[in-house]
Amino acid sequence: MPANKSTDSYCLGIESTADDFGAAVVSFEGKVLSNANDAYMPKKGGIHPREAARHHAAVSEKVLAEAFQTAAVKPQDIDLVAFSQGPGLGPCLRTGATAARALASYLDVPLVGVNHCVGHIEIGKLATGAVDPVTLYVSGGNTIVSAFEAGRYRIFGETLDIAIGNCLDVFARAVDLKQKRGVPFGAVVEELASKGEKFVSLPYTVKGMDLSFSGLLTAAVQAYQSGQYSVEDVCFSLQEVAFSMLTEVTERALAHTEKPEVLLTGGVAANRRLQSMLETVAEEHDARFCVVPLRLAADNGAMIAWAGILAYKSGVSTPIEKSYVNVKWRLEEVYAPWVER
Amino acid sequence: MLIKKGAEASLYLETWHNRKVIMKKRLPKKYRIPELDQTIRSQRTAYEPNIIHKAKEAGVPTPTIFMVDVADANIVMEFVEGKQVKEVLDSVSSEERLRLSRLIGRIIGRLHKHGIIHGDLTTSNMILTPHGKVVFVDFGLSERSKELEPKGVDLHLMKRALHSTHHKHAKECFKAVMEGYAEAVGKEKTKKVTAKIREIEKRGRYVAER
Repeated sequence: MPANKSTDSYCLGIESTADDFGAAVVSFEGKVLSNANDAYMPKKGGIHPREAARHHAAVSEKVLAEAFQTAAVKPQDIDLVAFSQGPGLGPCLRTGATAARALASYLDVPLVGVNHCVGHIEIGKLATGAVDPVTLYVSGGNTIVSAFEAGRYRIFGETLDIAIGNCLDVFARAVDLKQKRGVPFGAVVEELASKGEKFVSLPYTVKGMDLSFSGLLTAAVQAYQSGQYSVEDVCFSLQEVAFSMLTEVTERALAHTEKPEVLLTGGVAANRRLQSMLETVAEEHDARFCVVPLRLAADNGAMIAWAGILAYKSGVSTPIEKSYVNVKWRLEEVYAPWVER
Repeated sequence: MLIKKGAEASLYLETWHNRKVIMKKRLPKKYRIPELDQTIRSQRTAYEPNIIHKAKEAGVPTPTIFMVDVADANIVMEFVEGKQVKEVLDSVSSEERLRLSRLIGRIIGRLHKHGIIHGDLTTSNMILTPHGKVVFVDFGLSERSKELEPKGVDLHLMKRALHSTHHKHAKECFKAVMEGYAEAVGKEKTKKVTAKIREIEKRGRYVAER
């Protein structure tokens, strides 16, 4: 077991925004020492918030123990506790927040509430070395194009209805795709799409910088149900249209802000087709393309710990009486004094 | 000469029959598959001059169109002398800033009154001419509609563009935009669209008041 306790300080990060319960130990220098996780798997359909919260409560002890063990850091050596304070599903967020409050007060260390979206951006920057990127953050709950401007991560474009990850998940369930444990529906769709050949025309909806996926979802399901197209062809077409839309708005933000980097983060960042489209666009604008590594793409405790460390170092902490969760906490509401420009 | 590489099209400053013109080329996007790429490019190329023509009828200053090539996704149009509003809005006097904002609002009002939704109302798509006129140059994402909803979305986008690019003056600018808008469409309709903008804002994800 490596002896990690030296002069460095450690943060415990707890993530419980949606279906994942994650706990991680990250050093103040930015080393991810552990990143434990347990995902709630619904028997049928999507995430039931209360059921997911129940799952989180049941696995929290095990996941936390694993985070400490892997990191070879004792709870008493923790200097800071960070937790995902929103946006997300209320019951799930509250489970993580409760664990974080209890640990912070028991260990008598400061507590920091972290905005989940900021977590995805900051872990992407840490892992790739990006400094001032246009970020495309894509997941089951969020689809946001943002860039840092005057103290905050500004939203340049976002979905007007459902998130891209949600669109892929609902499509997959609607056409009866089978999911294996640990393999997200997005990966199942990606695999099938790689075997598709024929392009099925589907609605392409970009409104300025904003996107809409609900019409695309309906049309894709209907195309499959019509019996005229194979599931591979529909998956292929759905991905091509949806990812072209995402790439177009990202390119628009890039052209507008002239930032030197493009960062792809969030669970859907794992998709190789989306990665290759964004890489193409980044190259054309002489921007460096950065993609969050797979192990840090989906919701995880490390991103919460790291964003918590950044906030804490710049003087931000959350007193327990102000640590209630904020299920609708928008990215641009967060003042981010730690970002240097 | 390439003067602007946008997300949607590239603009070239060229001489065409002894005229200074802008060639708006929707070049193939390497990231898109050819079928989807060709459809998007031709549709937008055919549609844009049409909408620009309608905007002229509504009394909105727009560039003159000289030639349209749908298959090649290429439009030749007048080069409008001036500066992007994006470049000047923060640096001009506060008086001029309000004048520009009101003028922009009046132009948006005229578009909406004639059932034209601009679709990409950002200050980089507006040119301030040396005579103080504002010309709307990019109708690449425009559509026709008389409905309240897209008008609200259009203005919401304008508001968002002001907040992301001109955050220091965004509030006063958008207020002036809406004043100008009211001059063009009347108080009653402005009230309705203002309520719609609020509704759209609340509809956005994670808005506290929802």
